[in-house]
This record gives sequence, structure tokens and C-alpha cells, in this order.
Amino acid sequence: MEFLTNPLNLVTLFPLVGVLILLFMPSEKKNLLRWTALAASLVTFGLSIWMLTLFRQAEAADAGALHLTISLPWIQVAGWKINYAMGVDGLSILLVLLTAFLTPISILSTWTAVEERVKDFMLFFLLLEVGMTGVFLAQDLFLFYIFWEFTLVPMYFLIGIWGGPRRIYAAIKFFLYTMAGSILMLLAILWLGIYQDTFSVLELITKTGIPADIQLWLFLAFAAAFAIKVPMWPLHSWLPDAHVEAPTAGSVILAGVLLKMGTYGFLRFNLPMFPQAAIQAAPWMALLAVIGIIYGAAVSYAQKDVKKLVAYSSVSHLGFVMLGLFALNPLGIQGGILQMINHGLSTGALFLLVGMIYEQTHTREIAVYGGLWKITPIFGTIMLIVALSSMGLPGLNGFVGEFVILLGAFGSQAIASPWYAGIAAAGVIMAAIYILNMFQKMFLGPEGSIVAEVKKHGHALRDLNWREIATLVPILVFIFWIGLYPKPFFDLIAPAVEKLMMVLH
Amino acid sequence: MTQSDLYTILPNITLVVWACALLLVDLFIPKTRKGWTALLAAFGLALSLGLTLAQAGREMSAFNGMVTLDGFSTFLNVLFLGTSLLGIAIAYGYLKRMGLERGEYYTLMLFSISGMMLMAQAADLIVIFLALELLSIPLYVLAAFARPRADSEEAGLKYFLLGAFATGFVVYGIALVFGATGATALSGIAAAVAAGTFTKYLLLIGAALILVGFSFKVAAVPFHMWTPDVYQGAPTPVTGFMAVGAKAAGFAALLRVFVTAFPSLYVDLVPVLWALAALTMLIGNLVAISQTNIKRMLAYSSIAHAGYILMAFVPYGQPQVVPDAVASALFYLVTYAITSFGAWSMVIALEKSDAKGLEISDYAGLGRRKPALAAAMTIFMLSLTGMPPTLGLVGKFYLFRTVIAGGFIGLAIVGVLTSLISAYYYLRVVVVMYMREGEPQTESEPWLDLTTATAAVATVVLSFLPAALFALASGAVVKLF
Repeated sequence: MEFLTNPLNLVTLFPLVGVLILLFMPSEKKNLLRWTALAASLVTFGLSIWMLTLFRQAEAADAGALHLTISLPWIQVAGWKINYAMGVDGLSILLVLLTAFLTPISILSTWTAVEERVKDFMLFFLLLEVGMTGVFLAQDLFLFYIFWEFTLVPMYFLIGIWGGPRRIYAAIKFFLYTMAGSILMLLAILWLGIYQDTFSVLELITKTGIPADIQLWLFLAFAAAFAIKVPMWPLHSWLPDAHVEAPTAGSVILAGVLLKMGTYGFLRFNLPMFPQAAIQAAPWMALLAVIGIIYGAAVSYAQKDVKKLVAYSSVSHLGFVMLGLFALNPLGIQGGILQMINHGLSTGALFLLVGMIYEQTHTREIAVYGGLWKITPIFGTIMLIVALSSMGLPGLNGFVGEFVILLGAFGSQAIASPWYAGIAAAGVIMAAIYILNMFQKMFLGPEGSIVAEVKKHGHALRDLNWREIATLVPILVFIFWIGLYPKPFFDLIAPAVEKLMMVLH
Repeated sequence: MTQSDLYTILPNITLVVWACALLLVDLFIPKTRKGWTALLAAFGLALSLGLTLAQAGREMSAFNGMVTLDGFSTFLNVLFLGTSLLGIAIAYGYLKRMGLERGEYYTLMLFSISGMMLMAQAADLIVIFLALELLSIPLYVLAAFARPRADSEEAGLKYFLLGAFATGFVVYGIALVFGATGATALSGIAAAVAAGTFTKYLLLIGAALILVGFSFKVAAVPFHMWTPDVYQGAPTPVTGFMAVGAKAAGFAALLRVFVTAFPSLYVDLVPVLWALAALTMLIGNLVAISQTNIKRMLAYSSIAHAGYILMAFVPYGQPQVVPDAVASALFYLVTYAITSFGAWSMVIALEKSDAKGLEISDYAGLGRRKPALAAAMTIFMLSLTGMPPTLGLVGKFYLFRTVIAGGFIGLAIVGVLTSLISAYYYLRVVVVMYMREGEPQTESEPWLDLTTATAAVATVVLSFLPAALFALASGAVVKLF
């Protein structure tokens, strides 16, 4: 009974209700299928808001701890001590909310974009939501691993069936890359299960005494899984392929949530479970993060395909998150967590916008666009806001995250050199260059060749319709909210980060 | 022969008597009604299964210690009888469709099962030899059952020649072990070793030869050469039955003989077993990549899975790890049995006469045309890869835990890396089903569909509720002497 009434379980498993209903629906009634999936994801979002209110009540009593926990014995035979353990704290609550927030938005974005096999698409999408939410809530390594690996399966189908021309290649590459990392993590999980005699994350954090050299190996095994997912330079090469080939909704979720599973993994497992190794590795992780920031920005600038540009910008932005996390001080980590959310919102919105124009023109080549602002003013305005938020303009969300991260990295004892933050700051400027460059080429200047091209087919380029605006407005609200008044968000994060700091020192 | 001797092998005797009777009864069943033979055979198996279950929890020794009854043997006997029931379910419609409906099929299968059951209960090398022959000879005939199809005859002959060769190794090994210790009973060998009255190198060579012989049976590299040809040529239900039953029987013998009789040779055998397991996983998975025929692909996959089980067998001489080594191997055999029967029943559903419909490309478009079948096949492929939410993940989790607990991290890394390789070719089937267009033709037969559905549901549901199966497998320990 507890299993069914626990709020975390409800948030995680409710999409399965949608899956069950969809299974018994005829696959010709496309609109009915869409509405059902949307309704299921909206109810899930509602449940996540309810979870937030419960979380805040619990947080008032015991700030920074795991709340709404559930722990049921699952496999307790033959020396296995596996529990079905879930819990939420400040490190994960925003990510759960982000997942529940972006899923209905993504489903809404597929209304006219996905016409083929709608039923299968919605099934996989809801299954994906179950997996992602589970990853952020699981507090038992076995359970976590199951959710973690499970997210691969629906995403693989989303890219492989509904993706672009090279979808099969991209889907398999995505699958194999991610699996390569996670199997090493599997071995580390088993090692912990045998020699620390528990799979419970909480217990593993309190149990110390893993020798330093083994701690480093375990750290690396977990890091392999997470670094590929983030992705950190030089393990990023699956990302552009997966992003470019994925359907728009898939890209949104991929950038918005799946990448965060990597950074979240570092935060939840690597830092508290192997603190010594984390401190040891911090300068190296910071180095890779900074290389990622600069590399991602430079490569973005060189892209001719706007979707690829956004994809590579993720490498750069996630570099900031990693830099913040491995600053190993409260500022850096708080900034890192907030920046995960910011990136999910801004990049999610960018992919949505790119998808919306692609649906009309069927090309993503920057060169053929131009002067779009005059033709599609609403589209242009929203694009400008999102672009500015992505490059970190003060007053919008990106600035808050990046600024706090840079502050944290400057003062970090673990990284022990202000140079990393200094070079990363150059990344902010580079972001301004590639984003404004893209915006200028596509939206300003003389009319691009695509405008005439589209007219030849008998219909002019249209501005955003109501459904598309409805898809984007919720994201814009948060872009401004976090940019102007981030305190409520920091309040959710801060106590848990304080707790984490106590483990680290 | 006392009453308790009889009781110990009662399920087996029942099965053999039933099979002999069925051989006669079958003569009076008209050619068009061979369904009765199948039904009677299934009834005999169910009877034997019932008797086996009634024995659960008992530990006995019979025939002067030549045959034993313990948790290990009961677990395996249930597995053998269960797989043979599935084997009949997937064979019935197939034999009819392919014009192979002959009553001997079912009786041969029953005889083979009785050999496997004897193998699980054998506590003496002579009985093991007997069991090996009893299980193998009917399988040689079954492999060639689709005569006069050339590849089936080739499969039968090849399996027979290499099987005979393997048996030769086993017999030679038994002889040397007897020479070294003066005993063929596993307890006698253990006693001679404990007393120090044995010749070390003779025993080692004998044990190594027995290992080689059984490596043929379980299809471990480099003794796997026969597997792809035999699996491809044999009628598909036979292949499915062979892939699970014969492999499980081979592991039953390996586990019991080495754990009870040869723990003293552990230190010398570890490098050999290590290499055997690593090679089997590597070669099986690597060669599977280049296969275009689904039966050959699954054959190499079965080689690879033998490697995973062998991997958990490597720490067989560490007293703390042995219970897990045995239990994880048994657990994985069940996992593999369910999943691979599911996969083979899919192969049967798509197979046409003259060995058509067996290319992986023939599965194109299945996701659109037959969504339920494609979903089932996806589950089987994910389970073979070891992805959630399937039983395959739980099984591999247990195997890898055993290896790491035994201290063989390097071997575990080989294991996970080869799993990664395997993801590539299992996913290719999924790619073809869902992402390529085609008009696949499938056969729908009630028993076959039931097997596919049961296997798919069990693969998913048991992955969430594996605790009971874990408890059973870990309760099925080998009785030591």
C-alpha cells in the first residue's frame, strides 16, 4: 500500500497509467492518443507540484535531508541487500520538477511534427519519463542502475524510428556509448555491494574506510558512466549525432533532462561517496570542464547547421556545470545545480524553436535563412530572449547560474587556481559571439533564399501559432523568474548543498 | 536395489518407462493424429515434474553413492522438465508445418531428458558417462530429424562426430582420474585427495580432459566449432531445446564434479578456466556480429552465454564464493532458458519451409505489422544483452557479483566489455524490426504464441520480482562430501 501512496512513487510511476491506457487505444485515432499522452504527463506534472509542497513542509522541519522517503525490502536473499528505496532532497527536487515540466511541453511540440506511429511515440515518451524521474529519485544503487539503463531503451527508439536521415547510426551510437560507461559503473556498484555490504546510497555515504587507491578506481568507474552522459570533453562525440538526428521532442528531453542525469550522478554519487577521490580529481575534472567550455563554444561557432550549433553549445554549457560542481564549495555546487535547470530551459527552448522553423522549411542550414524577424516577429522575439538567456545576459536565467559558478570556481580551494574560472569566463564571451552570430544571420539582414523557396511551394512562412506559443511561454516565464528572482530556487537547493559540504570536509 | 534407491530416481524411471510405452503406443496412433503423441509425451513430462517437485527438500544418496538427490539436482530436474515441456510446445506446430510429424520425435526427447536428469543426479564418474551418452545419442538423431534436408543431416553427423570425440575425452579423463585416485565416485575421489593417496599430475590431467569434454557440450571456445552449423542445420525446435537443455546438463556435470571432487586442483585450474571463460565470451560475441542468419547469430550468442556462466564458475574453489558460484550459474541458466526459448519460438514463427525466413533481414517491418511479436522479440534481445527491465540484467548482475566476490575484476571487465559488443548485434535485430520497412510473414500457432507470450511476460515480471527465484537458486547448493 505504501508503495502506491508514496508521492515519489506516484510521480515516477503515474506515466505508466498513461502507457496502459494508450496500449488499448486504436492507433488510427492520432489526436486522441496525443491528448491522452498529454493528459498523463500533465497529471504527472500536477503530482510533482504536490510533491513540491509536501517537500517544502518536510524541509521546514529538517532542512537538507532526504524527504518523502520510501524503503521497501526488495531482494533480501542470498546475501543481497537490495531495497526499493526512493527519496528526494534539494539536489534532486528541481530536476524532478524539470522532467515533469519538460515532458508535457515536448509532447505538445509533437502535435504536427509526429504523424507516423503516434501511438508508439507516445508510449516510448511516457516510458522515458518514468526512467528519468526514477533516476533522480532512486536511493538504492541497484534501483538507480535499473532506471539509468532503462532510459536508454525508449530514447533509442525515439531517435531510431522518428529521427532524421542518419537516425539508425545515431541511435546505435548513442546506445553503445552510454552503455560503455554504465557497465563500468555496474562493476563499481557490485564492488560496493560486496565489500561495503549495502546498496543504499545513504549508508554508503556514512560508511567510510575505502582505501584511497580503490576509492579513486571506484570514482573513475562511476565517472565513466556520468562523463559520457554529460558529456564531458573528449567523450562528447555521440552528442551531436544524437541531437541532430533526434526528433525535436527527443532533442528537448535529451538536452533538457538526459544530460543532467550525468551531472546529477556526479553530484549524488561521486562527490559524497568518494570524497577523497573527488578532491583529488577536482583540478583534472575542472580542466576537462574548461576545455569543454572553450571547445564547445569554438565548434559551435563553426557550425553551418543550426541544430548542430545548439547541440555543441550544450557541451560548452555543461562544462560550466561541471566546473561548478568540482569547485567543491557551496557557491559552485549551488550554481551548478541551478545551471542544470537553466540549461534545460534555455536549450530545450532553443531546440523547440529550431524544430518549429524546421517543420516549415525542412532545412536547418543557417546560410539559407535571413531577415526572418520581419516575416515572423513573434518567433524572432522569443528566439532573441532564449538566445540571450542561453548566452548569459544579466536579468535572464543563464546569467545567474554562470555567475555563481564562476564565483565559486574563483574561490575554490579544491581547484586551487583562478585560471580555470578566468578561461571559463572567456567561454561566456564566446557564447555571445556564436549565438549572436547565428541570430544575426538568420533573423536580421536581407531575406534569405529559403523565404522564396517556401513561397514556391505555394505557402508563405507563417509566424508561430497558438499551440507553439503555448509550448514556449511556460519556459519563458521561468527564464525571467530565475533571472530576476532566483532566491526561491536557491532556497530549495542550499540546505542539501550544506549537508553535502559536511561530507566533503 | 532398495526402496529408497528407487525413490531417489523415481521421476527419471517414470519418464523412461513412459517413453518406452509411448514408443509402442505411437505405433497405433494414425499418422494424421500425432498430436496425441505430443500430448501423451507432455503428460509424461508433467507426471515426472510432479514427482520431482514432491521430492523437493529431500537429500538422499542411492545405489551405493552413485546417484544422489539434493537441492541442486531437484532444481536442475525442474529446469530440464520445464524446458522440455516448452520444447514440445514450440515443436508441435512446426513439425506439422514442415512435414516432419513423426512420433519418434517426442520419445527421443523424453530419453534425452532422462539423460539430463541422470546427469544432474550423478555422483559417480561412471554414471556421468552413462548420463552423457543417454542425453547425447537421442540429440544426434534429433539434429538430423529433418532428413533428407542436407543441412540437417550434416548437423546430425557433425554433432555426432564431435560429440563422440568429446565423450572420448571424458572417458579418458575418467580413466586417468581413476588411475590417480583409485575411485570413480566423487566422494571417493575427494576422500583420496583428503588422505593424500593420489597422484597429483595424473589427477590434474584427468580433470583437464573431463573439462575439455564438457566444454564441447556447453560449447565453450575453443571447443565450439560444431555449434553454429549444428544449430543452423537442426530443426529449430531441436536447436532451442539443445541450446538450453544440453548446455544446462553440461554445466550440471561441470559444477558438481569440480566443486565436489576437484577443489584441490583449484589453483592449477584457475588460469585455464579464466582463459576459457574470457575466450568464450570474446569469440562468441565478436563472431556473432558478422552473422546474417538468425539461427547462427543465436548460436554464437549461446556460445557467449556459456562464457558468462563459465565466468561465474572460475572461483569454484573458494569456499566462501562456491555457494554463489553455483547459485548464480543456476539462476542464469533459468534466465537463459526463458529468454532463449522465447527467441527460438520467434525464429520458428518466422521460419518457412526449405530454411527460408531465417535471415535477420526477414524481420524487417515486424514492428509495424506485428507489434506484439516485435515487442516480445525486443524483450528477448534486451534480456540477452542484459538491459532492464528484463531478467537478463538480474542474471548478469548475479554472475558479475560472483566474479567480483571471487576477486577476478579483470575477468569481470572482459565480461562487461563483451556485453557491450553483444548489444550491437542484438540491437541490430531491433533495428531491422522497427526501423526498416518490410512485409514479414509470420505463422501463428496457439502453442507457439503461448510460449512466446509466457516467455516475454516472465522475462519482464521476474526481473521485478526475482527474490523467490534467487531463494530457490541459492537453496540449491551442491552437497559436499
